[in-house]
Amino acid sequence: MQDKTDLTSLIFGRLSLESIPYHEPILVVTFIIAALAGAAVFGFITYKGFWGALWRDWITSIDHKKIGIMYIIMAFIMLLRGFSDALMMRAQQAMAFGGSEGFLPPEHYDQLFTVHGVIMIFFVAMPMIVGIMNFVVPLQLGTRDVAFPFLNNFSFWMTAAGAGLVMVSLFVGEFGKTGWLAFPPLSGIEGSPGVGVDYYIWSLQIAGVGTLLSGVNFMVTIIKNRAPGMTLMRMPIFTWTALCTNILIVVSFPVLTVVLAMLSMDRMLGTHFFTNDMGGNMMMYVNLIWIWGHPEVYILILPAFGVFSEVVATFSGKRLFGYSSMVYATIVITVLSYLVWLHHFFTMGAGASVNAFFGITTMIISIPTGAKLFNWLFTMYRGRIRFELPMMWTVSFMVTFTLGGMTGVLLAVPPADFVLHNSLFLIAHFHNVIIGGVLFGMFAAINYWFPKAFGYKLDDYWGKWSFWLWTVGFYAAFMPLYVLGLMGVTRRMNHFDDGSLQIWFVIAAIGALLILGGIIASIIQFVVSYRRRDELRDHTGDVWNGRTLEWSTSSPPPQYNFAFTPVVYDNDSWTDMKKHGYERPREGFVPIHMPKNTAAGFVLAMIAAACGFGLIWHMWLLVGASFIGLIGGIIIHTFNYNRDYHIPAEDVTRIENERSQQLDRYA
Amino acid sequence: MLFPRLRYGLALFPLTLLGGCGMVVMDPSGDIASQQADLIIVSTLLMLIVIVPVIFLTFFFAWRYRKNNKAATYHPEWDHSTKLELVIWGVPLLIIIALGLITWISTHKLDPYRPLDRIDINQPLAADHKPLTVQVVSLDWKWLFIYPEQGVASVNELVTPIDTPIRFHITSADMMNSFYIPALAGQIYSMPGMQTTLNAVINDPGEYQGFSANYSGAGFSDMRFKYHGVSADKFDAWVQKAKQQGGTLNRPEYLELAQPSESTPVTYYNSVAPDLYHAILNRCVVEGKMCMDQMMMMGKGDGEMADGTMKHGEKQKHGDAPAEK
Repeated sequence: MQDKTDLTSLIFGRLSLESIPYHEPILVVTFIIAALAGAAVFGFITYKGFWGALWRDWITSIDHKKIGIMYIIMAFIMLLRGFSDALMMRAQQAMAFGGSEGFLPPEHYDQLFTVHGVIMIFFVAMPMIVGIMNFVVPLQLGTRDVAFPFLNNFSFWMTAAGAGLVMVSLFVGEFGKTGWLAFPPLSGIEGSPGVGVDYYIWSLQIAGVGTLLSGVNFMVTIIKNRAPGMTLMRMPIFTWTALCTNILIVVSFPVLTVVLAMLSMDRMLGTHFFTNDMGGNMMMYVNLIWIWGHPEVYILILPAFGVFSEVVATFSGKRLFGYSSMVYATIVITVLSYLVWLHHFFTMGAGASVNAFFGITTMIISIPTGAKLFNWLFTMYRGRIRFELPMMWTVSFMVTFTLGGMTGVLLAVPPADFVLHNSLFLIAHFHNVIIGGVLFGMFAAINYWFPKAFGYKLDDYWGKWSFWLWTVGFYAAFMPLYVLGLMGVTRRMNHFDDGSLQIWFVIAAIGALLILGGIIASIIQFVVSYRRRDELRDHTGDVWNGRTLEWSTSSPPPQYNFAFTPVVYDNDSWTDMKKHGYERPREGFVPIHMPKNTAAGFVLAMIAAACGFGLIWHMWLLVGASFIGLIGGIIIHTFNYNRDYHIPAEDVTRIENERSQQLDRYA
Repeated sequence: MLFPRLRYGLALFPLTLLGGCGMVVMDPSGDIASQQADLIIVSTLLMLIVIVPVIFLTFFFAWRYRKNNKAATYHPEWDHSTKLELVIWGVPLLIIIALGLITWISTHKLDPYRPLDRIDINQPLAADHKPLTVQVVSLDWKWLFIYPEQGVASVNELVTPIDTPIRFHITSADMMNSFYIPALAGQIYSMPGMQTTLNAVINDPGEYQGFSANYSGAGFSDMRFKYHGVSADKFDAWVQKAKQQGGTLNRPEYLELAQPSESTPVTYYNSVAPDLYHAILNRCVVEGKMCMDQMMMMGKGDGEMADGTMKHGEKQKHGDAPAEK
């Protein structure tokens, strides 16, 4: 592969000074801003002397609550990046008309839509749901941590390492220009000789390890670590959806790993899995990546469904309507999600019977999904609905998602898909379900569980601004795209000839600005809430009159979650405990066995990132060294027997007594 | 109470029906695309049977059972009703059964590989009709149209007579694209080394937009062409024009044409090498490269290679590799 095998190329591979895009003014300005912000954060932490605490309490922490919070912080940071890309695309498409090429040449624009998709799916939506699951699931199960606490920390840092590689691609080299699924032949070595696709492959491979391991972790946690009495059919719905999502992860992510490995072999080793010549076939790639890709969208939406189920029941002050029908609907969706992948490419020339089969299986998914919507509706029916922020997001979701579901079923009719495929109608559809479903669900979740995580509620005023700007902004940004799709406008266009389209793109751009307002409002909401934390403080631990076990602990919960493992008699276990006059235990505390923090996860993930960077740039020396480091590190870690400790009974007693006194004080 | 709201929901719907603001997908000029547009309307109406009540009930319940409305009934323990569950699962199921039937029938009827059986709703077509064949090749980043029966070819301009069945055979040089003329019919991918087919007919004369609907690299945005549906006379005149104005299209000219270029101007060719399309499809335009169909024949029977100039007929279906018979 390498012409010269001298030391320079062994060390630097393909990397040279030309790989740094210092001639791109947009990137230079971005770099300066990022560098200044980075320096400011670095300086602030140093000035405050937070490094030690950061390392001890967060980076090396294996507490599922802290890992969950770190996932969500990362998702928010990546949301800012992914959304900046979206704003630039909207601006480009709103101005590039009638001979104007806009401000982004295809070279840059094509990277933008690729990186936007990759970031929003892999590094915003995924970390967001994994973060919420991390925080909530063990608390809902009544357990002290996940089944494999170290693995959880390692999973987070692998995901973060993947995200880091995507960020590095902005300033060193380039990202893929292939669209977010990198179909060959465009993503093959002839179509994309640069490092862009390699950044894509290796950032997803590294993050994928994290996702897969956290899938295994949560599956085992939910199966094995439930509180006594919590049969599967007494599990809170959010945990049920988390279980199904993690099953989906465990079964589908290996397919992604394999298909990306095959693509990288085509690119690096000269194999012919997906090439045009020598017997390769790109249709195989398209099939395989969607065999992962379709379950992936259910991986994202199922936990959101779970969140809405919790929120609707809590804020309607009522048991969830049709609990078992909800569980079965979730399971049916889980199974069916593997039988629909071909609907992403009806236009690839499969026969009518094949297309019709996959069209109909897709439609069948709308039945359990519809049942869920009705179940939420009838939970509201004869309830006493409090319109707190989580509930507002839920109502907005129910309306928005229903529309998105309808356009989705429409796209599942193959002959209709032939005219709508790859059009802006499709773009509008999947943003309709991902923003209106997943993202609204995550905002509901964050507003719902934030008081549990930090002990104070989020500010209502700015939360409402965020809610309304997002909701209105979403409709303004994406309804015009439905119209444009029906006008025959296709996706990923850099500029347009037909001036009559422009007005719709301008409306969409205004919608994107409203969403920007929503994001800013939610940042303000966090800042204001932090500053008003004493006013917003919740002393009860049960701020919303919740129904599941997480509300039985203090806010924030102690490190060990539960001093005594709760016993469950009903699926709304906390409501049941409250109804039967539950009394806190005040004595008899025993030492609690806990896992110990470790730096291994962080260190291994950083070595993996270095290895990925080396593979991207063909720096074989770095690849060799980091690979040996990785294997060595794993082996050394297995010899670490100092992994657990006991919180002494006196400490537990002290923490629990403080909590009891606090409860008495504010009772 | 329900009725006016339902009407309001339906009143919104004609918005999508209005071709007024240039919704070519909903107001096309070819019979296939028209049937696809009708299908969109029928499916949407069918789904609105569930969608409208759900959206209405969401708002209605949210308002009716708000915390401050003490007049509303409050049943905190009510969480099951078999009757309601039956409706919840049953009604969507019935709608999906109906939509599934429509899907099965329409997918077969509007299968792009299926020869047409009508020109439009009033003009049936004999089963043994002879369609006009056009061979379509997507190149970086332009379209090549070869008319094997007329012996001409053009780049970035497609002309066909109205009310005449057209059969497109579609392939690609290197990248995957999607051949799409919204006014004519739905799209289908063009893929290197593989052939897809589209049967369609244009009913109204006019100039329409055609383009690639699948991103294929830097010059993708300008990978557009004009499609003219014209009378039979005008079509003949256009063929004559191509014959007079054009040059020849043999392998060397093709290889030059296949080099990446953007916003390529309309070009005509008055003669096309007869085996050129076969060579493009089998990835052997470059002199000396073995054709895919030959390669796949190796090891079959006594190992003798198939004739390199093998006639290329109707044997490919459904995007199979070309050599499979």
